[in-house]
Amino acid sequence: MTAPALRLVDVSKSFGRTEIVRDVNLEVSRGERHAIIGPNGAGKSTLFNLISARFPVSSGRIELNGDDITSLRAFEINRRGLSRSFQITNIFHNLTVFDNVRCALLWSLGYRYSFWRRLSALADAGERADEVIQRIGLRRRRDTLASTLSYAEQRALEIGVTLAGGADVVLLDEPTAGMSRSETEEAVALIRRVSEGKTLVMVEHDMGVVFGLADRISVLVYGRIIATGTPAEIRANPAVQEAYLGTSRAHA
Amino acid sequence: MKPPPLLTARRLLMWGGYLALILLAPLLSRSGYWLSLLSQVAIMTVFALSFNMLLGQTGLLSFGHAVYYGLGAMITMHALIAVNQQVVPIPVTLLPLVGGLGGLVFGVLLGYVTTRRAGTTFAMISLGIGEMVAASSLMFPAFSGGEGGLSSNRVIGKGWFGITYGPQIQIYYLIALWGFACVVAMYALAHTPLGRIANAVRDNPERAEFIGYNPQVVRFLMVVLAGFFAGVAGGLTALNYEIVTSESLHAYTSGLVIMMAFVGGVGYFFGPILGALLITVLQMAVSSLTAAWLFYFGLLFLVVVLYAPGGVASVVVEHRRLWHAGVLGRLAPAYLLAALPVLLVGAGVVAVVETVYRLMKEDSARLRVLGFTLDASRGLFWVAVVAAIALGMLLLRKVARTVSDERHRAYATLRQERT
Repeated sequence: MTAPALRLVDVSKSFGRTEIVRDVNLEVSRGERHAIIGPNGAGKSTLFNLISARFPVSSGRIELNGDDITSLRAFEINRRGLSRSFQITNIFHNLTVFDNVRCALLWSLGYRYSFWRRLSALADAGERADEVIQRIGLRRRRDTLASTLSYAEQRALEIGVTLAGGADVVLLDEPTAGMSRSETEEAVALIRRVSEGKTLVMVEHDMGVVFGLADRISVLVYGRIIATGTPAEIRANPAVQEAYLGTSRAHA
Repeated sequence: MKPPPLLTARRLLMWGGYLALILLAPLLSRSGYWLSLLSQVAIMTVFALSFNMLLGQTGLLSFGHAVYYGLGAMITMHALIAVNQQVVPIPVTLLPLVGGLGGLVFGVLLGYVTTRRAGTTFAMISLGIGEMVAASSLMFPAFSGGEGGLSSNRVIGKGWFGITYGPQIQIYYLIALWGFACVVAMYALAHTPLGRIANAVRDNPERAEFIGYNPQVVRFLMVVLAGFFAGVAGGLTALNYEIVTSESLHAYTSGLVIMMAFVGGVGYFFGPILGALLITVLQMAVSSLTAAWLFYFGLLFLVVVLYAPGGVASVVVEHRRLWHAGVLGRLAPAYLLAALPVLLVGAGVVAVVETVYRLMKEDSARLRVLGFTLDASRGLFWVAVVAAIALGMLLLRKVARTVSDERHRAYATLRQERT
């Protein structure tokens, strides 16, 4: 049996005395689309920040494709094939769309810190960047500065930058936050398109998006995972209904 | 997809023009002053561009960039002394490279310490290291030459084809060609993977980590490479003046390069070139006219930071855009209108500065300008000066609105034509 793409073992995180994430155990197998849901302040984003080494864990272990990555730094984890997007758009504002995506490709294409190669002569980087830009639907904005894009375009670029490097495990932090209905639909279609064949872990508030995209769902409440299962199992889980979906059922 | 050609017609024209300019400039005048001005501009261009590899490209504000320049100059001088003593056989032509390597080595040593952090921390550490190196240069007089500095002779033997680097014109061409090579190299560097990732680290170091890059390594490499070019600039200075004092690595020199970059514009590659040109010309021209030249420097810096925060380069780029759109001519009347109040304020400020400076230094409040005698000990002088400045300010406020309206109109036209 191959190791899961991502595995969390008893992961905890405290800020001072406040425990934000408590003994989280999670396994995401290869090619799975996994959503993490939970009320505001449940620790979803913190969990992402732990996996991607934005913060160090207080205790526990994180494995990527069977390798312990707990004490690695963000760029080392990225080089091993895990990439992430951010809830608040996090791109290179004074670079063009094309350069944003091309920068995100350079390491994976082996150009690293090269200062002896001419960037515009790197045909593979240019072509791959244009492919990614095509896929995220920003071809007409290719040479626009990222800071002047619309919000939805910036979100698309965020996903493009996240995926360009060819990571096979991708964390998306609220990819549709702040979007209108139609923008959300486009974003979902985009995510479905670009995450083909990849392992996807996402934090998302929009239940339509979650139940439409995810193969499996974990519910995080007060830093603890109270349930993991298929969308149908999660819907039927009384504890989840109690803790989380209860409110939405009351509305329905 | 075929890679774009390295030499396009536009690039050839641009670089060819630049090369022709620096090669032909000495023919304009035979005076030694002109040649030493050109030499100094060429050196400062390299120095200012190397500084902007950090500030403009990587987002690192260094208050101690003169360290690499000064140490490069001193190391070159030691090499020149050794060549003179026939200890090492390095041709004088290649000595700037020694300065560059010196800058590079110190870039490795000091960059390791400074680049662990960016932002304010980097700025403060660079300031501290600058002060430390400047202080220790006097503690090791054998290396720095102490108070008197280091000096040597760049003319060694008969030279090849009559090139001894004795005459200033020969050393100018050495400086100009090294300078040109460095400018081309730094431009090329900005268009490599490292150069672009440096921009990415400048914009968003955290995100850079999530695309696989270690921002510390990126900053470190940029500091090392900038140290190399600053060291070359120092080496050229050493050959140009044949003397190096510890002032070359002092905070004053670090401040000067910051001014050049800011006044020229850090947002554009060619900004620091303009800044180096402008500041050096001012430095040499104004300092020969008035002892208060440092004051005017400060004033210029303030005006640029307040009214043209993108530097001269951004003003140039902006007006070039308007010119291409064919609407620049529309601004001319407004600009002409603004000239009068600017002149009034300028003349008033200069009159005050000059007379007061004289009063303080020489106990004489009189100043003769264009046949007039300005006398700061008389009340009428002050009335006139205050009136000129006040009137100028008042007019300027009015005119400023007209200018800004005209500019908005010009931009509106520009936008319309684009859509």
